[in-house]
Amino acid sequence: MEKFEQIQGLVAPLDRANVDTDLIIPKQFLKSIKRTGFGVNLFDELRYLDEGQPGQDTSQRPLNPDFVLNQSRYQGAQVLLARRNFGCGSSREHAPWALEDFGFRVVIAPSFADIFYNNAFKNGILLITLAEEQVDRLFREVEAEEGYRLDVDLVNQRVTTPGGEILDFEVDAFRKHCLLEGLDDIGITLKDESAIRDFEVRHRTARPWLFRDTPSA
Amino acid sequence: MAARTLYDKLWQQHLVKERDDGTALIYIDRQLLHEVTSPQAFEGLRIAGRKPWRLDANLATPDHNVPTTVKERAEGNSGIKDPVSLIQVQTLDDNCEAFGIEEFRINDPRQGIVHVVGPEQGATLPGMTVVCGDSHTATHGAFAALAHGIGTSEVEHVLATQCLLAQKMKNMQVRVEGQLGAGVTAKDVVLAVIGRIGTAGGTGYAIEFAGSAIQSLSMEGRMTVCNMAIEAGARVGLIAVDDTTIDYLAGRPFAPQQADWEAAVADWRNLVSDEGARFDKVVTLDAAEIEPQVSWGTSPEMVTGVSGEVPDPAQAGDDTVRGSISRALEYMGLSPRQKITDIRLDKVFIGSCTNSRIEDLREAAKVAQGRKVASSIQLAMVVPGSGLVKRQAEQEGLDRIFIDAGFEWREPGCSMCLAMNADKLGAGEHCASTSNRNFEGRQGYGGRTHLVSPAMAAAAAIAGHFVDVRHLDADASNAREEA
Ligand code: SF4
Repeated sequence: MEKFEQIQGLVAPLDRANVDTDLIIPKQFLKSIKRTGFGVNLFDELRYLDEGQPGQDTSQRPLNPDFVLNQSRYQGAQVLLARRNFGCGSSREHAPWALEDFGFRVVIAPSFADIFYNNAFKNGILLITLAEEQVDRLFREVEAEEGYRLDVDLVNQRVTTPGGEILDFEVDAFRKHCLLEGLDDIGITLKDESAIRDFEVRHRTARPWLFRDTPSA
Repeated sequence: MAARTLYDKLWQQHLVKERDDGTALIYIDRQLLHEVTSPQAFEGLRIAGRKPWRLDANLATPDHNVPTTVKERAEGNSGIKDPVSLIQVQTLDDNCEAFGIEEFRINDPRQGIVHVVGPEQGATLPGMTVVCGDSHTATHGAFAALAHGIGTSEVEHVLATQCLLAQKMKNMQVRVEGQLGAGVTAKDVVLAVIGRIGTAGGTGYAIEFAGSAIQSLSMEGRMTVCNMAIEAGARVGLIAVDDTTIDYLAGRPFAPQQADWEAAVADWRNLVSDEGARFDKVVTLDAAEIEPQVSWGTSPEMVTGVSGEVPDPAQAGDDTVRGSISRALEYMGLSPRQKITDIRLDKVFIGSCTNSRIEDLREAAKVAQGRKVASSIQLAMVVPGSGLVKRQAEQEGLDRIFIDAGFEWREPGCSMCLAMNADKLGAGEHCASTSNRNFEGRQGYGGRTHLVSPAMAAAAAIAGHFVDVRHLDADASNAREEA
């Protein structure tokens, strides 16, 4: 996973609530057995005017000129500004894979769905929850000013607007640590191998029927 | 000891370690695997040179990509015409074989949708932690198992460590009290709950469903309710253990036997919230007020009773809501204040992990019996949740009822719930669907999904538009008079 400390990122606004993971990456692209290459199909149904198929050359497809990520002023955006309950629906990790592959490192919204929240952090994407009024204000500023960038500083947990306003955000210590260091959390968990083994022995004694390889009583 | 909720008990029974940073390691008893969210996890294990921690905790079956026509299925994997889908199913087979994980392959009679297969086998047991790379893992909470969907990195994490990094959720109780009216089912209950609390209402919570209306549901009905907890934003739905739970599990292949069974049952009896346990939030619904539900929009919270109408965006409380309603109506091709019963349908889908169990099929068959699918319906299909459900339905003669009425009777799989196989909606088509998500494009590009119960879906197939299943006879005779 790529480390994240601080970026000065161009912001793209996606002005709709309850953006679900089907919308972030439609199901036909879930057939891939790889982790990469999903970026060209991020928001496929919003971005293109035709129905996309896996493996297709997307440069030949008709773009929807109204969709925000197709507008020239938002090319190269690294920060996605979104509305409430972003990432709801299916647990597909292809959603953060697609966001990351497209180039997003940060999503800012008033709230996120739980499974998506976990999945994003595991893929080096920082999710920032801000109050609804703050998000509203950012939407207004982004739309008003071309080339609008936010300074996102994970170390100090703050977002700074071009006007110098500072917005503090919360992130739990473990996720922050993993993101700052780019750590694989399986490796971290396996440091607790003996605690897991001990637990497993107690658990098996208390409830042997949970283990199909325990000889029946 | 202080009074604890069911969720608190399950959490404590699986807590391996609490870390200073507020996360915890919880032990996972069962992982269910399917072809869509596991390939990258197995790949990760290989790259890191890791092995699964415990083989017997895992069970796999392909479901999302499998074709559902009898002819294609007879050919096994080679009946999968889409080469990309085929690779995915083949990859699951190869991975299970290479790592030694038990799998019910495409034509094993026990194959089916993971969330139907787990409980049916007794592979889901009360007091377990159950995970799967699929958000509808909440289904298994109907057995008082702590069950939730995870992402692919977490699938890999559980394979490698038998644990999950988690944070404790808050407790919500949804009480549904009283008696459900005739023709009102578990699906209507859960849609009404989502309509009440919204698609984000349960975010951060484990929802325990309780109250007399929930207790009176069968296990199938309880699974339908917990299945859609995620549509209310909650990763976990739970229902306490009672006789219904225990009776369902007795004799299932993976369930404990003999002395183990006795010990297990005694243990399971504790899997209820203690008297006086504190919930962070309580929501109460009156069962008698719930009518058959129909979703009209592109989010499961956009739902109303069958006697209702499509909302008018002009009356919405705030701009975001107004925008969502307008966009949904445009996508769905509906007009403000249109009556629900005036929505005409093109296709009908009875299936999915929400409503493809034997009881669901019985309810739909009861409505279909002796009637005919309207000629305006292009396709009405019934897709059983597993090979065993299919067999049971055929023993009861339900397949004949459906076929005689003009439904297609298919092979088990996810099918048109998410349309990863060949079963899909065309652009602009309206579908009465017993599945769980009505998102844009979910059932096919440009497709328009209306979520309903199996009985309501069957009734809609007969009438060609939505009807109140409680008044089907009256409605059908009206139609005859008009004709
Ligand atoms: S039936 Fe639908 S919701 Fe259920 S597991 Fe399959 S695709 Fe997911």
